[in-house]
Amino acid sequence: MRPGLRRRAGHLALALLVAGWAQAAMAHVQQAEAAGLLTGLLHPVSGLDHVLAMIAVGLWGAQLGLPAIWVLPVAFPLVMAMGGMLGFLGVPLPGVEIGIAASAIVLGAAVAFELRPPLVIAALLVGCFAIFHGHAHGTELPPGQSALLYSLGFVIATGCLHALGIGIGTVHGRAWGRPLLRAAGAAVSAGGVFFMWRAFA
Amino acid sequence: MTGTRASSMRARALVPLGLALVCGPAQAHLNATGMGPIYDGLLHFLTSPEDLVPALALALLAGLRGATCAKRTMFTLPAAWLLGTVGASTATAANGGSFAAALWFVLLGALVLADAKLSLRAMTMLAALVGLAHGYLNGSGMGLSSNSIVAALGLAAAVFVCVVLAAAIVVPLRSRWARIVVRVLGSWIAASGILMIGWSLRGS
Repeated sequence: MRPGLRRRAGHLALALLVAGWAQAAMAHVQQAEAAGLLTGLLHPVSGLDHVLAMIAVGLWGAQLGLPAIWVLPVAFPLVMAMGGMLGFLGVPLPGVEIGIAASAIVLGAAVAFELRPPLVIAALLVGCFAIFHGHAHGTELPPGQSALLYSLGFVIATGCLHALGIGIGTVHGRAWGRPLLRAAGAAVSAGGVFFMWRAFA
Repeated sequence: MTGTRASSMRARALVPLGLALVCGPAQAHLNATGMGPIYDGLLHFLTSPEDLVPALALALLAGLRGATCAKRTMFTLPAAWLLGTVGASTATAANGGSFAAALWFVLLGALVLADAKLSLRAMTMLAALVGLAHGYLNGSGMGLSSNSIVAALGLAAAVFVCVVLAAAIVVPLRSRWARIVVRVLGSWIAASGILMIGWSLRGS
């Protein structure tokens, strides 16, 4: 890395650290806004089933390359928001836990077997599963917290998990990375099987 | 040390001492100076995501469209916001503000995501509409007074600074990946707007 870039990266890391260190501002009359944001940010990362599926979206996108590498992580939060809207409205969706577990199984398998469907099919598949994740988030908004900041928080956290998946998935470009990526997909799929078993247990 | 130099130094030391002695009260409490409402307006914008995020989304869109659009937006949006706030200050408090904000989230987020090729005129009109609508929602119920006008000025100043900063980050971006990152941010804004619509509908 060039010295200039390294210095900039250092500055950015410092700024992120300072930003992350900040306490809730409590500057506004509305209460529980900071709590809403934090709950939203933590919600997707608090369940391993969500984490596995969202990272798998990034892994698959990275494996498929352009334009899927950014189309899939865009499609997921958008459709997930629609699922979340259904959850907010109290519209029931049967088999949410099964759908979430199935998303990890299928998306992990897609990475493990290096499936390359057309972009539309891949986006539709990702979108279908996103509804289940969104519905689970939407129904679990804690009472008294800001819905807007909760929403922003969980969309941002979801996007960051996709970005993490994409980051890991970049190993696909190296000869040693391809089998490693497929193994990661298989691990995600195995995790999905565990959650499916738990959903039925 | 020569006598001349020493007396010169003494004279220099006396100047700040003299200034310190003649200073007036600190006026640290902004109510006394009338500056308080400026910060009320400024902080209202900075701590209200339903106002802040659409302004940032518009700045991202303007930045994607280039320097001319960004320059036009950075003046049009605060001016329209100020006009809307002052114009609505005699109106009764508006209902449905969160639903309207949600619609702006979806529209502006979708435009950023699509990297919509809006003309300069369309961008100006969009900025004016966003500013007037949000200004109206901010101003309604405030009541027309000198304090509310000063608060509106603070609000418009905050809008201006936010738009300038966000657009200034996006305008120089040329690489494909950097622009994709901006478009992904747009998708997040649109997704949050969809969720807010659900929340608003549940509330109503």
